[in-house]
Amino acid sequence: MVEFLQFTLSGISFGMIYAAIALSLVLIWRGTRLLNFAQGGMAMFTTFIALEVIYHTGSYWAGFVVALAAGLVLGAVAELTVIRPVLGKPELNAVIITIGLLILLEGLAGIFYSGQYRSFPAAFSITGLRAGSTPLGVSRFDVFVAVAVLATTLLLAVGFRYTSAGLRMRAAAFNATVARLSGIRVARVITVGWALAGLLGALAGVLVSPSTFLYPNSMDAIFVFGFTAAVIGGLDSPAGAVIGGLLLGVALSYAGGYLGANVTSLVALGILIVVLMLRPAGIFSGAQVRRV
Amino acid sequence: MTMRSLPRILGAALVTAALVAILSIKLNAFRDYQIAEIAVDVTAVAGLTVLTGLSGQISLGNGAFMAIGAYATALIMLHLGWPFIAVLVVAAAITAVTGAIVGVAAARLHGPYLAGATLLLGVALPSLAYVYPGILGGDQGLNVVFTTPGFLGVNFPLSRWQAWVSSAVALVTLVLLANLGRSRVGRSWRAVRDDEVAAALAGVNVARARILAFVVSATCAGMAGALLAIVTGLVAPGAFTITLSIALLTAAVIGGLGTLAGAIWGSLVIVLVPTYASDVAASHGLSTSAASNIPVVAYGVLLILVMLIFPQGIQGGVRWLLGLLGITPARTSRTASIPDARPPAGQAPASQHEALLTRGGDTDFPDIGGSRPPYPPGEPHKKEGTQ
Repeated sequence: MVEFLQFTLSGISFGMIYAAIALSLVLIWRGTRLLNFAQGGMAMFTTFIALEVIYHTGSYWAGFVVALAAGLVLGAVAELTVIRPVLGKPELNAVIITIGLLILLEGLAGIFYSGQYRSFPAAFSITGLRAGSTPLGVSRFDVFVAVAVLATTLLLAVGFRYTSAGLRMRAAAFNATVARLSGIRVARVITVGWALAGLLGALAGVLVSPSTFLYPNSMDAIFVFGFTAAVIGGLDSPAGAVIGGLLLGVALSYAGGYLGANVTSLVALGILIVVLMLRPAGIFSGAQVRRV
Repeated sequence: MTMRSLPRILGAALVTAALVAILSIKLNAFRDYQIAEIAVDVTAVAGLTVLTGLSGQISLGNGAFMAIGAYATALIMLHLGWPFIAVLVVAAAITAVTGAIVGVAAARLHGPYLAGATLLLGVALPSLAYVYPGILGGDQGLNVVFTTPGFLGVNFPLSRWQAWVSSAVALVTLVLLANLGRSRVGRSWRAVRDDEVAAALAGVNVARARILAFVVSATCAGMAGALLAIVTGLVAPGAFTITLSIALLTAAVIGGLGTLAGAIWGSLVIVLVPTYASDVAASHGLSTSAASNIPVVAYGVLLILVMLIFPQGIQGGVRWLLGLLGITPARTSRTASIPDARPPAGQAPASQHEALLTRGGDTDFPDIGGSRPPYPPGEPHKKEGTQ
């Protein structure tokens, strides 16, 4: 029973990170109808920037803030420089460009920091919390991870729901032509979407790196599971991304805890297949519009 | 490629075979190994370009089928000691069956959902090697013993024989796929890709066409895996990562999606560019981390540039160039240089049949995974021009 509680709590902590990546993919999908394979690579790169800032200033929070800012900038710059020229072209071309961007960022990180694993500091203690004498399997830092992602998600949700900028973004995602006719600068909205996705990715990067170490490929597996979470939830649904992430995090935590670390990706595949067989466009997909 | 007649296809294959034979004899063992590596990739990428370019389904998991083919090869050679040609047939059959199973599941999925499911398949399947280390050898993998046949004499280099075997398989695969692409099957794939509803109304069994495309693509990947096993002599999970599956799709798109010539261009790029760039980096006396990563950066930049400059891939660029020089028939060059590849007004193809052939696989691709846009009408999509 104690084990079960531990696996659940640590699953929630990891699930929040998958949720952050999933949410960043959903933001980009809703705006541009493409998958950003560079999302993990961008997160890795901004985390290296954070490490550099922490090393020079000695302050974790300076690194944290710089990483988020770098994520914003990197997302916007990527959209403006390499994505915008191919937005009218075949969708796979844009996907290959994001793959090129991923490879480019991993190569740059390799040049500056070589391929070795680096440890990344945590904001709070990573020793396990206890309730009375029972270990809970999570640390103060894990709690911070969950709270940070949840707070960012809620902030975004409130922003989308209650601000005029949020309304513009929802309008552009819902129907770009009508939005453009109503005077919304759809191109700018798309750039903002990429910037916010970059921020979410950067957040996931600094939050996950204390437990995975940091190296050029360190975000590959996180990206795969974040992508899986987005697909499970439905790529058009921000709420689906968060729930998909939590579901996957907890399920993989049980799988890893009870069955061993080798089976986690197989279990993820099993979950994904079951979900997609029942709902081919994710749990939170709306009614399918059939074009005849 | 797909619109060529059988004699031209066979002629091109024979010329390529002769070229590979001459190259493999002239060049050293390392270059022979590279020829074999390119042939392995051509086999896998050709299958993927048929799946994605002709039938309109994306797969980021063809690395998993390569793994199945490679492990089947290693296990049969290890335990039964069959000759390679028999092993190749069995490995192809096994991957064809798994391709059919995956295809049945995939037939319902579109776009990013298919991409996500196949990506996870590519990541998860090789981890079976860790789950069953007794049979599959765990992290260390399985060794494959492959030797030159006796009639070639003892001095015949193994690398050259590996290059010959894999090139032969790659060329036979290309010829078969070229034929399939211009057959009724190929036309039904294009019809399904362009409009599922219209294809179904015209009597095409959409589900069967989509599943068949998966079977063909998986079989090619399985044979590529079998070749990889005898070329590298080792089958281990480390060879079948997310990087491999992504590299296959990259090669198909960068070469020119839906064209078999593009599969060759793409394979040349993913094998030769990193090696060439590391040679250049090494010769300039850079630090280790720079020398080993500059090729990676160059490769990433190249992918971005090719996609920005030649949206139709390298084959699209080649056609445009040949069109400028007046070498290819005008119709082909025009289709290649017009972004939205409908035949110009007043020069409509003689028949619907020819229209399908003309549009071929080299132009006008649908969205990432399906012929029907996975979003409701009115949402942003490519027909509306720039954002």
